[in-house]
Amino acid sequence: MIAFASLLERLIFTPSRNAKIALLRDYFTTAPDPDRGYALAAMAGALSFSAAKPGLIRALAAERMDPVLFDLSYDYVGDLAETVALMWQVDAGRPDRVAPSLGDVVMALETTPKAALPDLVGAWLDASESSERFAILKLITGALRVGASARLAKTALAEIAGVPTDDIEEVWHGLAPPYDALFAWIEGRGARPDMADAPVFRPTMLAQPLDEAELDRFVASEWRAEWKWDGIRVQLVRTAQGARLYTRTADDIGNGFPEIVQAMDDMTEDAVLDGELLVMQDGEPAPFSSLQQRLNRKSPGPAMLRNFPAGVRLYDILFDGTEDVRGLGFDARRARLEAWFARVRPKRMDLSPLVDFANMDALAEIRAGARAAAIEGLMLKRADSPYLAGRPRGPWWKWKREALTVDAVMMYAQRGHGRRSSYYSDYTFGLWRVGEDGVDELVPIGKAYSGITDEELAFLDRWVRNHTIGRFGPVREVEKSLVLEVAFDAAQRSARHKSGVALRFPRIARIRTDKPAHEADRLAEFVAQTL
Amino acid sequence: MSGVISWLQPRPEGLYCVPGNFFIDPLRPVARAVITHGHADHARPEQDRVLATPETLAIMRTRMGEDRAGKTQQALRYGETLALGGVSLRLAPAGHVLGSAQVVMEHAGQRAVVSGDYKRAADPTCTPFEPVTCDLFVTEATFALPVFRHPDPMHEIGKLLHNMTLFPERTHAIGAYGLGKCQRVIALLRQAGYDAPIYLHGALLPVCALYQEFGVDLGDLRPATGEAKAALRGALVIGPPAAVTDRWARRMADPVVCMASGWMRVRQRARARGVELPLVISDHADWDELLMTCSEVGAEEIWVTHGREDALIHALSLRQIRGRALRLLGYGDEDEAE
Ligand SMILES: [Zn+2]
Ligand SMILES: [Zn+2]
Repeated sequence: MIAFASLLERLIFTPSRNAKIALLRDYFTTAPDPDRGYALAAMAGALSFSAAKPGLIRALAAERMDPVLFDLSYDYVGDLAETVALMWQVDAGRPDRVAPSLGDVVMALETTPKAALPDLVGAWLDASESSERFAILKLITGALRVGASARLAKTALAEIAGVPTDDIEEVWHGLAPPYDALFAWIEGRGARPDMADAPVFRPTMLAQPLDEAELDRFVASEWRAEWKWDGIRVQLVRTAQGARLYTRTADDIGNGFPEIVQAMDDMTEDAVLDGELLVMQDGEPAPFSSLQQRLNRKSPGPAMLRNFPAGVRLYDILFDGTEDVRGLGFDARRARLEAWFARVRPKRMDLSPLVDFANMDALAEIRAGARAAAIEGLMLKRADSPYLAGRPRGPWWKWKREALTVDAVMMYAQRGHGRRSSYYSDYTFGLWRVGEDGVDELVPIGKAYSGITDEELAFLDRWVRNHTIGRFGPVREVEKSLVLEVAFDAAQRSARHKSGVALRFPRIARIRTDKPAHEADRLAEFVAQTL
Repeated sequence: MSGVISWLQPRPEGLYCVPGNFFIDPLRPVARAVITHGHADHARPEQDRVLATPETLAIMRTRMGEDRAGKTQQALRYGETLALGGVSLRLAPAGHVLGSAQVVMEHAGQRAVVSGDYKRAADPTCTPFEPVTCDLFVTEATFALPVFRHPDPMHEIGKLLHNMTLFPERTHAIGAYGLGKCQRVIALLRQAGYDAPIYLHGALLPVCALYQEFGVDLGDLRPATGEAKAALRGALVIGPPAAVTDRWARRMADPVVCMASGWMRVRQRARARGVELPLVISDHADWDELLMTCSEVGAEEIWVTHGREDALIHALSLRQIRGRALRLLGYGDEDEAE
């Protein structure tokens, strides 16, 4: 347990992706089986224990700890598992207990009946030190996906094996904890696991952002265009062994979208399909904020399913039945997709239409005219492009529509993470409105932490330090005198924000030292023009 | 005035010993001050007459300058006794930092001990705490919550050294308080066999030199200032806590920000400060040490000067010991100082 507990500890505090991978590699190469496999499962969210619940921890705390001291401590620490882990007083009467291994803990949590758990967990906590106790309690509350995603863990495994991460993804969903076959394969002790009929994820083909200067070289007849939808990219996999809904990073999100999984179960033919997950209202895609409601829920209730029904807009096919069609060109796959769709008529799915255009100028006009909230821009795909894993340069381009901008005033600043941790690099900015007392006030409309060069970052950092008027923990309030031109992709109404508006992908476009703060934009006009 | 001892009184200036006519760690300039140790919240400048251990007096001169460290300084070694007015006064080791002392006072057949700051864990840079039985014990309570149980400091040093092998290209920058913590971390590293040069922020050099004059071996120490980024690659650098999480650390190659402090035991505290490698190393007594000490000295009454007195007084009451919160403002920011 100690190695896993230390890993968990380090991952929580390590901001950099590369450093996390180094820590994971160190762990996966030194930890024994089956512990490392269960650790991997925990990070990938592949473990759940029905009998062990947070209530168990509260009960144990009440049994072992003085209530006044517990309340004072919980109040100070703020996290139940951590409070108990730190406070736990080892039962000195039973000094001979042996600390459990991660494998022991996982297997016991899976099989032990509820009534026997408090004693068992208490004995584990007695035999462990505080970071191990923390790991055990986080396992019980199912909150282990801290600090590292499944994707990072798989990247670390791929680096050990010397293969692309997508190779791990391809076999991943056909495997189960503690992944003996996977470790055997990456360590060269065994063959690559055979995934013949399993509903596994296939690496996604991604597009590069279009450099408009290159547009002149494009011959219109060689290209196909589609709308770029503002949902999330998904892969639908239906094989003889089941149906799965994956994100483009191979997370299985089927539990959150049961209506889509049902629609796949009902399909009359197998397929692996590529498309956009959207919330559909009256046959039209709703803005991203509606989908966000669904993404926030692990398992949606009936009201959620009714008010925010999900659908998939299909744009590609990877497997037609059991036939791998990834090697075919785009036009040929499109024909396969349309024919499959006509035969199967799947529920909750439609085809993303091709956008007709005579020449590139005409396409530019179509792009400029697109204003629907669910459209982010255009996708350009070469008519002859096969379906390749990763983000190859050349065959697919994303051509986002022009960003919108607003001139806002910096209000607060906060330090960044990792490389930027010594800089004030996260900025909250606001727009003017008339306050209750009739005087103009700023109301925050968003937060941005990207878009600037290192020189601009150094400038803003200095500016923040020299214009601080208040401090709240890590946050500095600054003089309301610096105008930032903020670019964003879309604006949506939001009840959660004081201003009533939320920006999508805000980033700093320019620092407007030339503009007096009172000339920054006003909320009322901004809402009228943008929403 | 309630309590077993009436001749020791909390006053706005600090704790006042009536028959001896002196203040202990006064918060403002007074005629006669007895100083427990050199931390800025306990040793304040511009006192008229100062009495402390020779080490503490030297630390005060180094940190404040000769002219601000008291008009007259009087040294009292550990164990020596001095009659001051109607009081017999002695300084006993507190194990907190070099020269740190408990103030032991006897008057009218009663004994009171003021601990200053203290710890019970071993520390190669200072004399260990000596428990003195007494009628009244005045304790600190910086880490007086049961969540604070400091681990073995060598375990924390082991964590640091392992991380340096995992990330050999990165500079490990440790934030450590300049008096006590910095020198203890260095001494622990040396004990663990780390003998490479250790680079220091300029503010830490004078006190390290002083420790070495007092015979504490800290090995090869070098100023970090002026060193090129490349020279610090893979090296260990120590600076004041505020410096390593701020601009000063920018001179380093992809630094791993470490912080040596008892507060690092609570994850949220470490995260809020942007620490990547928390090292739970404290120069204060943890929860168990506080309770152990309070019962060991056998005092009928315990006064709590600064820290989380609510939890400690509650725990003492469960042990039938009467506790009283003095709520003296102005102490206790040393470990958190930004
Ligand atoms: Zn101190
Ligand atoms: Zn103190």
